[in-house]
Amino acid sequence: MAFPLLTLTAAIPAVGAVATAAVPAGRRTAAKWLALAFSLATLALAAVQLVRFDPGGTSQASSSGGAKGPFQLTESHAWIADFGVRYELGVDGIAVVLIALAALLIPFIMLAGWHDADPLETRSSRWRPTQGFFALILMVEAMVVISFEATDVFLFYIFFEAMLIPMYFLIGGFGDGAAEHGEAGAAAQRSYAAVKFLLYNLVGGLIMLAAVIGLYAVTADQLGTGTFSLQEIVQARAAGKLDIATTTERALFLGFFFAFAVKAPLWPLHTWLPNAMGEATAPVAVLITAVVDKVGTFAMLRFCLQLFPEASKWATPVIVVLSLISILYGALLAVGQRDIKRLVAYASISHFGFIVLGIFAMTSQGQSGATLYMVNHGVSTAALMLVAGFLISRRGSRLIADYGGVQKVAPVLAGTFLVGGLATLSLPGLAPFVSEFLVLVGTFSRYPVAGGIATLGIVLAALYVLVLYQRTMTGPVKEEVRGMPDLRARELAVVAPLIALLLFLGVYPKPVTEILDPAVRHTMSQVHQADPKPDVNDVEAAK
Amino acid sequence: MENLIGLLVLAPLLGAGVLLCGGRRLDRSGPWLGTLLAAVSFALGVVLFADMLGKGGEERALDVTVFQWVPVGGFRADVGFHLDQLSMTFVLLITGVGSLIHLYSVGYMAHDERKRRFFGYLNLFLAAMLLLVLADNYLLLYVGWEGVGLASYLLIGFWQHKPSAATAAKKAFLVNRVGDMGLSIAIMLLFTTFGTFAFDPVLTRATDAGEGKLTAVALMLLLAACGKSAQVPLQSWLGDAMEGPTPVSALIHAATMVTAGVYLITRSGAVFDAAPDAQTAVVTVGAVTLLFGAIVGCAKDDIKKALAGSTMSQIGYMILAAGLGPIGYVFAIMHLVTHGFFKAGLFLGAGSVMHGMNDEVDMRRYGGLRTYMPVTFVTFGLGYLAIIGFPGLSGFFSKDKIIEAAFAKGGTEGWILGGAALLGAAITAYYMTRVMLLTFFGEKRWQPDAEGEMPHPHESPRTMTVPMIVLAFGSVFAGGLFSINDTFLKWLEPVTGHEEGHSPVSALTVTAATMVVLVIGVAIAWAQYGRRPVPVTAPRGSLLTRAARRDLLQDDFNHVVLVRGGEHLTRSLVYVDHSLVDGVVNGTAASVGGLSGRMRKLQNGYARSYAVSMFGGAAVLIAATLLMRAV
Repeated sequence: MAFPLLTLTAAIPAVGAVATAAVPAGRRTAAKWLALAFSLATLALAAVQLVRFDPGGTSQASSSGGAKGPFQLTESHAWIADFGVRYELGVDGIAVVLIALAALLIPFIMLAGWHDADPLETRSSRWRPTQGFFALILMVEAMVVISFEATDVFLFYIFFEAMLIPMYFLIGGFGDGAAEHGEAGAAAQRSYAAVKFLLYNLVGGLIMLAAVIGLYAVTADQLGTGTFSLQEIVQARAAGKLDIATTTERALFLGFFFAFAVKAPLWPLHTWLPNAMGEATAPVAVLITAVVDKVGTFAMLRFCLQLFPEASKWATPVIVVLSLISILYGALLAVGQRDIKRLVAYASISHFGFIVLGIFAMTSQGQSGATLYMVNHGVSTAALMLVAGFLISRRGSRLIADYGGVQKVAPVLAGTFLVGGLATLSLPGLAPFVSEFLVLVGTFSRYPVAGGIATLGIVLAALYVLVLYQRTMTGPVKEEVRGMPDLRARELAVVAPLIALLLFLGVYPKPVTEILDPAVRHTMSQVHQADPKPDVNDVEAAK
Repeated sequence: MENLIGLLVLAPLLGAGVLLCGGRRLDRSGPWLGTLLAAVSFALGVVLFADMLGKGGEERALDVTVFQWVPVGGFRADVGFHLDQLSMTFVLLITGVGSLIHLYSVGYMAHDERKRRFFGYLNLFLAAMLLLVLADNYLLLYVGWEGVGLASYLLIGFWQHKPSAATAAKKAFLVNRVGDMGLSIAIMLLFTTFGTFAFDPVLTRATDAGEGKLTAVALMLLLAACGKSAQVPLQSWLGDAMEGPTPVSALIHAATMVTAGVYLITRSGAVFDAAPDAQTAVVTVGAVTLLFGAIVGCAKDDIKKALAGSTMSQIGYMILAAGLGPIGYVFAIMHLVTHGFFKAGLFLGAGSVMHGMNDEVDMRRYGGLRTYMPVTFVTFGLGYLAIIGFPGLSGFFSKDKIIEAAFAKGGTEGWILGGAALLGAAITAYYMTRVMLLTFFGEKRWQPDAEGEMPHPHESPRTMTVPMIVLAFGSVFAGGLFSINDTFLKWLEPVTGHEEGHSPVSALTVTAATMVVLVIGVAIAWAQYGRRPVPVTAPRGSLLTRAARRDLLQDDFNHVVLVRGGEHLTRSLVYVDHSLVDGVVNGTAASVGGLSGRMRKLQNGYARSYAVSMFGGAAVLIAATLLMRAV
């Protein structure tokens, strides 16, 4: 039996979660270091995955008859034989990159939130929020990793849903100390945000569950034995053994898509995100938008497009419109926000619009751009949001109006905040530009009008970022801001590598695109889509 | 040689990185380090230039691909450079004037505690601007394009503690982003049309695409040019950009960055030549802006804003020339270079005056400065003579050629454009004479500054006067040197091409007419500001004057329509999101499953809420399993 690398990558953080939770109440610092060590071990395993993964292998496997399929490092075991549920793992180029992203961000999230869960002195000594906080983060990581790896629809569904439980506690249980409404008010707000998060995602999940069962029913009906295996279903469809009726396919597609659109989130299902990101601590907000939400857009590519290619094409016009609304609506709402973290949340909604747009433009530039966008958005939002969190922790307020002139007293903090902001507005030279432009060009070549409208997003992004920077960082120094310390060593250790990564991926994204590209080509071939040809065809030939 | 091109960009980029991340240790040496790296870049430019001169006209271009930047499917963008006569001209202008302005800033910013960062930003600007003119494809050009926008943003808002500076910086970036939108759409159109956006394949085969597509591309490029080069209707940011330190105004907002639009149009000549409708749009923008900027320049009392109006107007001339096609490309670039000398010189002179006058910018509070600041007076005076087109000086040659070319466009269009260019020359003579008289002649109208201190005007230190003197030389001689034997024309022709056109009037007539309008403009200004004493507070003025002081009301229009309108839109959307979208989605959920009641209950305390939701989740799973068995 081959070495179960994928299982191990998910198991290590899970074990870490249990171990961290078990650390005695008095040993808070030990718990933090233990959790960090486990997250670093996971990162190491993710790196091993990247090394062992062969980008060229995907296309070879599928061209040589598709016996192995597009997935590598696969593991497959019978699990619930009665229902055809298998424990099937495998990664393609997209998954392996997103696992690396998640594993990379978690240590930074932990470092940034190092003191976020220190117990208040008023609590009893048996209270162990620190252990809980770090254990929950590891738990989420384990579930995110396995969601990226699962190639069995039911297995994916279980962890897609189970993720909600640790996230719920992370949102509801830990605040950022900004208490405009008083301590009790803040707790109530947090609780509301957590419940809203849970209900939205639970409803999405329920609808998906119905579709998952429906899919099982169809396979059981036509193949004799029901299956949840992505590979089996895709191959059966290709071989003509499985013929899903058009209406059924569309209904099933919608069931899946609804859950992923809640998670992504896509307009109009987005309203849980500003609450959740606003009330959670900044590191948890990053965990939501940069890590967990990526499962939604990832699943669109892996499950919606591959299981239901025809229905995906059928739904494309509506989804393109919804994405455009998300882009512009999210950006306009971001402009109107008075709360720093809610502003970043709406900016993320706008960016998720770009990602979904890229996926459903059904061009190789669009989909490569969208997958790269997931990575870049993760890094850039982490940079911006974590610095925002450092800022908020200094002043105890999330309101933009409570700041002013920070640049004068804390220039390094202001500088890193600006770089995070510039990445958010997709400044060329920083990573998000490459992905955003690919999405735009990929959309434009199939839907010129949609591509044109989406470019309005780049003007609005400049507006919300620069207004935020101007109001918080420039102008005369506010009284409350005076004496604010600049970034500390730990904080700089969080931000500097993220900024370095933004620069590197902006200048040299090739190492990542090389891994993503074959997987994207495979997805494109699954939906039987080719890129539109340029008008003047023989330019290269003429050279 | 090819490798030197990369170094050319890398030197200032390295400077920016070191200066911005280097910390306090570099506070003292930083300015000189930044200046040194700018000079290194200039030296490399000179070496490349010498090498280029050694080759024949057609073999001068150097191409080098450094690495694959974004290789995705059929989409390929490289980091590659293309150095030909056109980009060489810009390289020398950017690094030459750039080095001088670095040197000037050593003196000008000597007392600023954040000067290390200032030089870091200046170096960043140089790197981005060089990338812009050296890129061998539109996407890499776009990187430089937004890079200079970023540097401009950082430098306009350099004194961030002043709210007006921070606002001006944001405005500049936003207005430019509207233009950038045009550039990105143009690149997308090029990609869908040609499957590539590298200069060579696009420009050599431009005519293979339909005229409709090319017109669309050209109009989008024009939008981009309008943003970067402050042309109507995207000109509103340039006046506010004068909030930045004066060396910035000289380098970025006069000599180099704002001329990037002219570069873009000239570089894309093959596209514009095949899209006559777009060319009409270009010349219209140019002609309108050259008058617009000139009129605004007449009414401003702030010396830098008067010069900013002038910059807008002069770039209008260049855009007009570029829109004329092969008749005008060479002269657009020639005027761009001479303008780079004299306008940078004028701004540095203005900075020198402000330096001696406690940072006063109101020309009505100057007067009689010629005896106190002789070097500034002489260099500024030569720049003045150059810009109004005094015979023999740089502006005379370059502007005259543009006016001739405008007439040579032929037909009614030629008469209109030529007329506008002539009228612009008259107004230029008027507003520049006004600046000159108000600043250096007449009575002293000096006023105490905010702290009640009277100014003690004095000549500026050597680091500042030397660059002014060098630029004055350029203002005097560049035009003549370029025009002897048509040197500049022969230099650029292999890249841009050239046609003579059919002028209805002779070159001599045009020159004579230009001289006449010049004298008229100077005479009116003298009658108003030279003969009579100048009031310290501006008179109310005519309706036109008052409108011109407010940038011909364009800002008011923007404010009412875009700013106010936008605020209403976002505010109502915030309301809609909170009450409607959230409400409807929650409401739908509630009506489906009675969730909202449950939701309210859930909020009562932690323990119960999560117990209930976990129970709910588990129940769902069990129900699902049972259901499956039934299936």
